[in-house]
Amino acid sequence: MFEPLSPFEADALWLSLKVAAGSLIVTAPIALALAWILARGRFPGKWLVEVLVNLPLVLPPVVTGLFLLMVFGVRGPVGGWLRESFGVTLAFHWTGAALAAAVMALPLVVRPMRLSFEAVDQRLEQAAASLGAPPLHVFARISLPLAAPGIVAGLMLGFARAFGEFGATVTFAGSIPGETQTLPVAIYTSLQRANGEPAAIRLAVLSVLVSVVALVVTERMNSRAHQGRRQG
Amino acid sequence: MSLSFQVKTWRDDFNLDVAFETEARVVAVVGASGAGKTTLLEGLAGFGTVEAARLVVDGEVLVDTASGLAPPPHRRSLGHVFQDGRLFPHLSVGANIAFVQPYVPNAMAPAEALRLVDLAGYENRWPGSLSGGEARRVAVARALAGRPRLLLLDEPFTGLDRRRRTNLIDHLVRLRDQTGTPMLIVSHDERDFEDLAGAILTIESGRAVA
Repeated sequence: MFEPLSPFEADALWLSLKVAAGSLIVTAPIALALAWILARGRFPGKWLVEVLVNLPLVLPPVVTGLFLLMVFGVRGPVGGWLRESFGVTLAFHWTGAALAAAVMALPLVVRPMRLSFEAVDQRLEQAAASLGAPPLHVFARISLPLAAPGIVAGLMLGFARAFGEFGATVTFAGSIPGETQTLPVAIYTSLQRANGEPAAIRLAVLSVLVSVVALVVTERMNSRAHQGRRQG
Repeated sequence: MSLSFQVKTWRDDFNLDVAFETEARVVAVVGASGAGKTTLLEGLAGFGTVEAARLVVDGEVLVDTASGLAPPPHRRSLGHVFQDGRLFPHLSVGANIAFVQPYVPNAMAPAEALRLVDLAGYENRWPGSLSGGEARRVAVARALAGRPRLLLLDEPFTGLDRRRRTNLIDHLVRLRDQTGTPMLIVSHDERDFEDLAGAILTIESGRAVA
């Protein structure tokens, strides 16, 4: 049980971290923009944006994976264009796993961000404008730091969701060891083998460890941010 | 020194139509709550929509919607002290005052602005640790740091006890004499201004009363 990681396990762990981090890099700016628009924007069709953002939350992950395959697969409209124009293939590639994880994580990242943007006192934003700050500066210097706890929480949730993503990933990116076989996919693959249960349990313990570490790090970051505000 | 302004706006079922002209440096705007005093300030500051707004300070036209001069709030060069202070809770007192620096090349340093309101050495304090009167004075210092063409003060005395009220008025009198910054001060209590204001504008139900 306590042997060092086998190459198979190390690969899966490393790949999961890479996919989760990659998906967050894609998701973070998009989620921030969406959260801001949903919190403060008033425009026709806002409901549609909300529905689209939250769709991955209610759809079966396999269905989301299938949609991704239809759109971003080599024969899909976007996937085909990416391949012909840039030679980039997402499907059955680790970047595809990251895309699947990003789409699945998006609603979970947007929600806490949006709630904390909504909680930012708009009168403070007005005060910042009265001091000469143009809208983008008001966002960066007032809204963003005041919403920081929610932003961190959203990223944390997104990381956890991306790290554990299975259904959409396996559908869109498959289960290729070292390429798209993330921890959850590796756990599932191990269980399919005869006597694969101990291997699966080792991997499961590994994923619990990563999640706990991520959780502790986020808590620390948040409590430090709060302390800074109180005492300087 | 001359100050002239006009705001015409309507919100829900409320109409505001006020025009005023004076040689005084400090104008007190008085009236019952709901008379339209805050709406007047917001109209001048550029918050919310107006039908017409015009603001001329010392012959310089800052706002004139009739001729299409309606800059957004952040380009009006006005200092605004809000009713509730509105200090940024995530920034120290010094950083609150330094907030304006990127936008005003000759902005006052926090230490200088704090001296004006008798709070020297408060740079590293946090807004949450200030008393009501101190917070109000920091808000005044923050608004002054950008060397505004006109200082708008919205009910700066509410929530302060008699002593702090007198103290803040003394500070404003000193500021008037030291910096010469013209001020528009809103209050529901005329007694606030005996020493401070050179002119009084009384508003009732959105109209100026002579």
